[in-house]
Amino acid sequence: MRIAVLLKQVPDIVEELEIAADGRDLVRDDLRYRLNEFDDYALEEALQLKSAAGTEVVALALDGDDVDQILYTAMAKGVDRAIKVSGGGEPRSARAGALMLAEALRPLAPDLVLTGVQAPDDLEGQLAPLVGAALGLPHANVVNGVTLDAGARTVKITQEFSGGLVAHLEGQLPVVLGIQASCEPPRYAPVTRVRQAMSSGKLESVSVAAPARAPALALRRLAKPEATGHAEMVGGSVEDLADRLVAVLRERGFGAKS
Amino acid sequence: MSAEILVVVEHLQGKVTDATHEALGAARAIAAGAEVVAVLGGAANTGLAAELAADRVLHVADVRLDAYSPDAYESAMRSIVAARSPRLVIVANTTVGMDLAAGLAALLGLPLAAYCVGLRADGTTLVATCQIYGGKVIAEVGLDGPAIVSIVPGSFVASHGDGSAVVETVAAPQITTRLRLVAYEVAPSADVDITKESVLVSVGRGIGGPENVPLAEELAAALGGVVSASRPVTDSGWLPKSRQVGKSGLTVRPKLYLAIGISGAPEHLQGMKDSELIVAINTDPGAPIFDVAHFGAVADVIELVPALTERLLG
Repeated sequence: MRIAVLLKQVPDIVEELEIAADGRDLVRDDLRYRLNEFDDYALEEALQLKSAAGTEVVALALDGDDVDQILYTAMAKGVDRAIKVSGGGEPRSARAGALMLAEALRPLAPDLVLTGVQAPDDLEGQLAPLVGAALGLPHANVVNGVTLDAGARTVKITQEFSGGLVAHLEGQLPVVLGIQASCEPPRYAPVTRVRQAMSSGKLESVSVAAPARAPALALRRLAKPEATGHAEMVGGSVEDLADRLVAVLRERGFGAKS
Repeated sequence: MSAEILVVVEHLQGKVTDATHEALGAARAIAAGAEVVAVLGGAANTGLAAELAADRVLHVADVRLDAYSPDAYESAMRSIVAARSPRLVIVANTTVGMDLAAGLAALLGLPLAAYCVGLRADGTTLVATCQIYGGKVIAEVGLDGPAIVSIVPGSFVASHGDGSAVVETVAAPQITTRLRLVAYEVAPSADVDITKESVLVSVGRGIGGPENVPLAEELAAALGGVVSASRPVTDSGWLPKSRQVGKSGLTVRPKLYLAIGISGAPEHLQGMKDSELIVAINTDPGAPIFDVAHFGAVADVIELVPALTERLLG
């Protein structure tokens, strides 16, 4: 059994995002990248399945600025192989990237492909269904539970709907799943183990051909959203803030002293 | 390509979802005389057709489409979209749409604009406004030919049917069921129903860790309310899933929603933006939560929350 996990570096959206003068991209010079948080859940779910069933886990990521670090961290957390996928030229669309990942996955013939449910920049669609469709495999997104039966080559999954409704699905492997949450919180990779991974020289690289044709989305412009409203901000020291907010609440009848 | 706008109907446990009515509302608003066609799957649900604000309902009367199965819907919709070649396919960006929209786009080679919150015509081009980077950036994309958009629930005005749609029963040539629904499970009833509480102190990742949750509980108690949470907090197990507000949790409309350490991802805002009074505390002055809040403070919640509790009890 082999599980492939697709990892993606994304801009850290906690940071202030600036839009380039031409309105076509973010200002990337000072952008800090991190692993897409949902991909971290996908990685954790894969590692949990590995410890339960002894499956091999292979992490793949498209080449990018901080991708080595992301793959070294995955190695430190316990993946068996880490592969950096390059080729296709720059810039590449998300759709082209999904086709490149599908190309890199084909020779690995994984039984299960996991990735995050969504990424902050997937304007052109979520990765799990894009890769699943490219490989001709069934796929499901917003998954928060995966159980493998290696002998029968089947998988049982739970898919989350709104309002706490959960769908139980099952089917034959291989499948591609977009993970919303892992059964355990993502593990921490100790720095010493990340360093070991970096010096191990075991990071693999594969180059795939640029996809012949991927539908492109005609981006007109990026902009900051025009907020329809904004909070009335209170300022001052913590003591001032507490006084002001409590006054706001009491004026409206909340927390009134009995 | 035909001029029609095709909407994929999402129904859960016998009910057409609100997101579907919004998708039909979005279709109506840009149809400009073109036919709005709703595709309804399922063997025993013809009755739902009357609820749909479409000119035409294509009813794929097949038992394999009774409940949402990713594979069955994708294969059925693929053949219908390919045969009709509509101007635009609208799918709600829900659990169903987050799977189906991109799957269909990839199989049919169509562009997809995901997380769409606005649609307008500019000449013959349809312009989709999409929300990316957690709602911090808006992308405008031009759709000149056949395309798919997945729309964010809560972004378009819903349109409800008056029973006048022409209902046409169609067959899908091929439906595969490699992933099958076994059963639905409704979350066990929780100790507290956050949709019925009038005061919620809602905890986000900014609270730092489970050890700080009691600070929020003390504040909630002082205000006569309970704690709720954003998704990262329940995913991390700091609070139970039954307390989760947002797209994959519950939609709440309390009299007071006090958001502490919640940045306000679109998926969260969707579940609480209609609260009567929203007060937000966050360290990031640019956090989207401040766009929906009535009052805001930039502060470390660990310092400010106990100070609030102390004053309320004092």
